[in-house]
Amino acid sequence: MKSAVILGLFAVFLAAGCRAQERPYFVTYTHEMEEPGNLEIEFYNAVGKPPEGSRFTGSTVEFEYGTTAWWTSELYLDGQMTQHDSTIFTGLRWENRFRPLLREHWINPVLYVEFENINGGDKALREVVGHDGKNDLIGPNAEARQEKKREMEFKLILGSNFHGLNISENIIAEKNLANGPWEFGYAWAVSRPLKLAASAHDCTFCGEKFQAGVEMYGGLGDRHSFGTHLTSHYLGPAINWAAPGGITLSFSPQFGLNDYSIPRLYRFGIAYEIDQLWGRFQRGTR
Amino acid sequence: MIRRLALALLVVLFPAAFVFGAGDGSWLRNVPARDHEKASPYHDQPDAIAAGRRIFVDRCSHCHGKNAEGTKKRPPLKSERVQQQATEGDLHWLLVNGNMRKGMPSWARLPDQRLWQVITYLKSLHE
Repeated sequence: MKSAVILGLFAVFLAAGCRAQERPYFVTYTHEMEEPGNLEIEFYNAVGKPPEGSRFTGSTVEFEYGTTAWWTSELYLDGQMTQHDSTIFTGLRWENRFRPLLREHWINPVLYVEFENINGGDKALREVVGHDGKNDLIGPNAEARQEKKREMEFKLILGSNFHGLNISENIIAEKNLANGPWEFGYAWAVSRPLKLAASAHDCTFCGEKFQAGVEMYGGLGDRHSFGTHLTSHYLGPAINWAAPGGITLSFSPQFGLNDYSIPRLYRFGIAYEIDQLWGRFQRGTR
Repeated sequence: MIRRLALALLVVLFPAAFVFGAGDGSWLRNVPARDHEKASPYHDQPDAIAAGRRIFVDRCSHCHGKNAEGTKKRPPLKSERVQQQATEGDLHWLLVNGNMRKGMPSWARLPDQRLWQVITYLKSLHE
């Protein structure tokens, strides 16, 4: 019975005729919402090695759903694998993004609310806030996972599209529900398709299939010590490719900008979009 | 915990099934004059029509039908409203801004060139 359900779901996915071409960012959110009724499944990884610690891979599986044209909801499942240590599930996050202005302006705000139920072993590095740094990534998993983190995270996402260029800025505020002060962070990114117009014929490696840009993010301290010091910052190029079969592959080497950061972080991701999820279960809509 | 999560997912998933509304053309009244008068730089160009069709099939056909004939819940784009009443500029304004209350997303994420290619393709459908 279970295998029949899995096979059925697999058949739906295969028949989905899907496509995803998100921006090549790993941390920064844009104001662009998921199309209503579409489900995007993404798998993102961050690989790094703290100078005094073991190499790790922090992974996230994301399910991003367009609830309406102005509301996107996303569920994240996080895990990590540390060399010479173990592989653990580190928790889940649930976020919702709302677009208050229903038309396109020169700058477009989006409000982001997230609930996180993760533990201290989380190494997905989906954002940097407060005084996050390389020392948070060197403890043994058995010890780190004992630390429970139930947090609310809020973001103000600002985005603009100008002559094919996307410019996105995020301002982040995070609060541990048990204790701890408000922590802050930032992220910004810029990207552009390599070719703006589409070609008349199908192509695989043409410029329209690639987007390239730059991403930077870091912490801004907390309520008691606000600022860019005593926290980590990263900067790096980012590129993605809309591969045949509706898959988008993304890659970004990122470089720590101070002693609190990991020197190098390699991020890569794969995304797959299922068009009109509900429509697949309704007769006569396609 | 799992029950709560399942309930939360239902609350999130359901609206998309009901929010979709048929286009009633009321958006045409909101198009500013300067946008109304814009014209496609690719007007009637065969390459742009072919490129526009590729983008349409990729991005739009799952809602509006493979040949823009519409679906149960989304309007056809071969209609008189799209082909006769709306100018190329009107369609460009709609693609950029969307009609989010009715379920039409903004396509400002696509470069202007690609939006004009889609419009050139749509306008070629009346012939």
